[in-house]
Amino acid sequence: MRLDNLLKRNKDAIVKKWLSLAIDAYPADTSKFIKSQKDPFANPVGNTFSNLGPLFDELLNEMDYKSITSYLYPIIRVRAVQPILSSSQSIGFILSLKKVIRESFKKEFSDNDILKELLVFELKIDELALIAFDVYMKCREQVYEIKANEERNRTFRAFERAGLLAETSADGPSL
Amino acid sequence: MNEKYLYSLIAVIALFLLAYAGVEAAGLQYLFGIIIPYLAIITFVVGFAMRIMDWASSPVPFRIPTTCGQQKSLPWIKHNKIDNPFTGGAVVIRMILEILFFRSLFRNTKCKMNEGPRISYVWEKWLWLFSLAFHYAFLTTLIRHLRFFLEPVPFLLQILEKVDGFLQIGLPGVLISGVVLLAAVIFLLLRRILIPQIRYFSLAADFFPLFLIIGIAVSGIMMRYFTKVNIVGVKELTMGLVTFHPHIPEGIGAIFYVHVFFVSVLLAYFPFSKLMHMGGVFLSPTRNLPTNTRAYRHINPWNPEVKIHTYQAYEDDFREKMIEAGLPVEKEL
Amino acid sequence: MANLKPDELIARIDYTPPSTGWMDTPTVIRAGMFCYAAKPPSVETLGLPYAREWNPLDDDWKLPANWKEIVLEGLRDRLERFRSFKVFMDICVRCGACADKCHFFIGTGDPKNMPVVRAELLRSVYRNDFTKAGKILGKLAGARELTLDVLKEWWYYFFQCTECRRCSVFCPYGIDTAEITMMAREIFNLLGLNIDWIATPVSNCYKTGNHMGIQPHAFKDMMDFFVDEIEEVTGVRVEPQFNKKGADILFITPSGDVFGDPGTFTAMGYMILHHYLKVNYGLSITWSTYASEGGNFGFFTSNEVMKRLNAKMYAEAKRLGVKWILGGECGHMWRVINQYMATMNGPADFLEEPVNPITGTKFENAKVTKMVHIAEFTADLIKHGKLNLDPKRNDHLKVTFHDSCNTSRGMGMFDEPRYVIKNVCNNFYDMPINCIREQTFCCGSGSGLNASEDMELRLSGGLPRANAVKYVHEKHGVNMLACVCAIDRAVLPPLMQYWVPEVDVTGLHEMVANALIIPGEKKKTVNLRGEDLPGMEDEADE
Repeated sequence: MRLDNLLKRNKDAIVKKWLSLAIDAYPADTSKFIKSQKDPFANPVGNTFSNLGPLFDELLNEMDYKSITSYLYPIIRVRAVQPILSSSQSIGFILSLKKVIRESFKKEFSDNDILKELLVFELKIDELALIAFDVYMKCREQVYEIKANEERNRTFRAFERAGLLAETSADGPSL
Repeated sequence: MNEKYLYSLIAVIALFLLAYAGVEAAGLQYLFGIIIPYLAIITFVVGFAMRIMDWASSPVPFRIPTTCGQQKSLPWIKHNKIDNPFTGGAVVIRMILEILFFRSLFRNTKCKMNEGPRISYVWEKWLWLFSLAFHYAFLTTLIRHLRFFLEPVPFLLQILEKVDGFLQIGLPGVLISGVVLLAAVIFLLLRRILIPQIRYFSLAADFFPLFLIIGIAVSGIMMRYFTKVNIVGVKELTMGLVTFHPHIPEGIGAIFYVHVFFVSVLLAYFPFSKLMHMGGVFLSPTRNLPTNTRAYRHINPWNPEVKIHTYQAYEDDFREKMIEAGLPVEKEL
Repeated sequence: MANLKPDELIARIDYTPPSTGWMDTPTVIRAGMFCYAAKPPSVETLGLPYAREWNPLDDDWKLPANWKEIVLEGLRDRLERFRSFKVFMDICVRCGACADKCHFFIGTGDPKNMPVVRAELLRSVYRNDFTKAGKILGKLAGARELTLDVLKEWWYYFFQCTECRRCSVFCPYGIDTAEITMMAREIFNLLGLNIDWIATPVSNCYKTGNHMGIQPHAFKDMMDFFVDEIEEVTGVRVEPQFNKKGADILFITPSGDVFGDPGTFTAMGYMILHHYLKVNYGLSITWSTYASEGGNFGFFTSNEVMKRLNAKMYAEAKRLGVKWILGGECGHMWRVINQYMATMNGPADFLEEPVNPITGTKFENAKVTKMVHIAEFTADLIKHGKLNLDPKRNDHLKVTFHDSCNTSRGMGMFDEPRYVIKNVCNNFYDMPINCIREQTFCCGSGSGLNASEDMELRLSGGLPRANAVKYVHEKHGVNMLACVCAIDRAVLPPLMQYWVPEVDVTGLHEMVANALIIPGEKKKTVNLRGEDLPGMEDEADE
């Protein structure tokens, strides 16, 4: 597995480029802030991207679904509530990894064996993208769930408990 | 190249050429050495005063200080007297700290996550440091220049110059204020150009004064250290200006007129620009008022008469239901 | 497609948007980031102009023909009436100290949410029409003409500001974006461009006394229900008083706590405390159905509307003949009381300077407004040993405290609530220092933006706050976020549900009431939420 070795050796550089592309989805002025502000409390968005490294490790290893989702959630949970990014931009950063790898090893890919390994590796990236899609949808569903339930949780339930709603008072005089 | 700083740079270069050519080629020493400085001073003084009066003409309807510390409440709770000033005296201290030491900028902390979940706090202090350096260097330079307008030169001014030149490098001795001023203003400029976030909202009007001040500093430094301007002649001219007997002595290089022209432009530009923050900082209602609004009533000169929904109208709306629910009413059914 | 090599295809994927100056980047109004337009009847209640059906997503906002004139005249009028506005329009040097301090910038990633840019949206028009430099130099001086797109951009971004004032803490000139946002919103109101989540509560509050539009009998019913709940938990039957003439103190709190969880538990907390003080010390505290709203969404409408709603507090205090007013836990309510109330509706000569009759403490800091914050009041009671507390009853809680923006940066109430918390529960952990006190992060839903349709805005804007809660949750096992604000109690639960689902939300006085040993109480096995008390799990089942 020569590609694997190549990727392992160059992990830091690859993840750094990947990170840069992932953050570049934001408007330039925001992305520079996200990249430069190191304070995790002043920059919670940038802070989530520390998970790209472990994600890359997963691609090199067994692709454990559970670990992958645990790394993806913090990143995608943020993007799922930022309408400044389109849905495709929200998870597109996964596919940017293809671009990073292809551009990093242009020369090496003239070797057919490595190229074949790349095709296999890219299938893994595709799978990662699909998992990201699952995670993204879960987050979006949660947003809608929160939206839908908020009124009920807030007011309706209190009213219901107090028996101020017609349907409960039909059960008998609760007050 | 960004058009915003390009235009500002071009403007300052144009100003330089105007003064240089005006003196060297057209012999307009009288215009650049006497007429324009007088006009600039008048514009500055009148403009500044008008601007302040314009601000002051708008009332302060509400007392809205930003409270940045514990309020004065119960006697055993430690009150932060400076950041939540209850008295006029405390406000003065808050304003002094703000104006002389840029306290709010200094507040710019950020915290860092160390190994493990340990946190440490560091100041994000470069902006504060360079702003402070810039303003104080500018002030020192300004005061130092009083030697051109006073005869004899007061003792304190001579001391200041000694302190400013304590490094005693070269001849004439390098004055720290000039070097710091140039370094700080270049930092502020680079910050605007290089940090995308800052560049994003910077206007041409932000770059222009920076380039202009760089122009002033560079022309000043040129005169002092390199072209060695005819200092006796300069003093003759400046004394003529302050004593209202202006005349143009011979043998002052064009670079001096460039320097004076830059300063004149800065003065004239001042009242119409963001540089008015110098006056405005004193008038900022979130800083210059005590936070005692619950203890002393602030008067709004235009407190509007408004229509309110009275209790009587409310009871009229709900009387029946209120009685039924056992709530007391003013007027029975 | 067939001719495109994979490499070229990849190269075409470019997520980097063009980098254009903010003036040249058109604003797109995105779903999830704005609140629905006000319904005409709500606008009409207070006689505000141009009530109509309109939709922010439509091209045509059905503006009056002379809208531009109205805006410019509105600006001129406010420049003349508010020195703050005029000075803040002129003195910004764009140093950028505020840029990354806004929770909406941090959370949404939208550069126009940097406070300096938000202000520049309006300043650019100010320069164009009110300053010489702008008139002569135009765009070079940062000026631009007022167009329909500019107005829409204002509307979108000034309803993405919660008036939290965090930026003004860091500004070397104290420029307060909240002040600029308030002016912008006043101008929107001149054009009928209100949002429903503000206009309807304002209309309700005006007519029925509270934001929820709850009529007096329903208010009473709800409180009666709380009485039953409290009796079930404590065995004590409390007797709240309403509109009671001759009571010592009038109590006013946001109606949100009476009608929505988990604020309801805080409301029960107030009732228990009132009862305790009545039984032990004979203090008579009354609620009012007429002034049944502490919150004031008029504050997010215009200074006139704020005054119209606030006036009820003094009017009711005068009618009932109480000595002074006690205010419940609320954020913007307290900014209004602390910085505006006496000026607008004072002097309240008919009230006495507030003295705690139980401890003899004079609340000198409130001697003119005559209104005391319940955290100040309770802290004083605890300090003098007047409350019999058992903090062990809150031992299952690991608590952190969210400083509300308005009580922090418009008042400075930091140590009173912390003192109370530390006396009613044993596990308290503050969040990191740049996320609390005067540097506290907003809940992301303040200033009338706590609707449901703008959930993405709220969840992203609340991220910096949630992130700090997550930190203390992971480090100390914090499971309860305490706050002194009714909007917080309404909006922090969904925020926590999305970001830190392990953490729940409580009001200060819910914890006080749970720890309070009430005379004649039965052996308590559960708290107000019906959860088992620590150490009493077994007995709860009996």
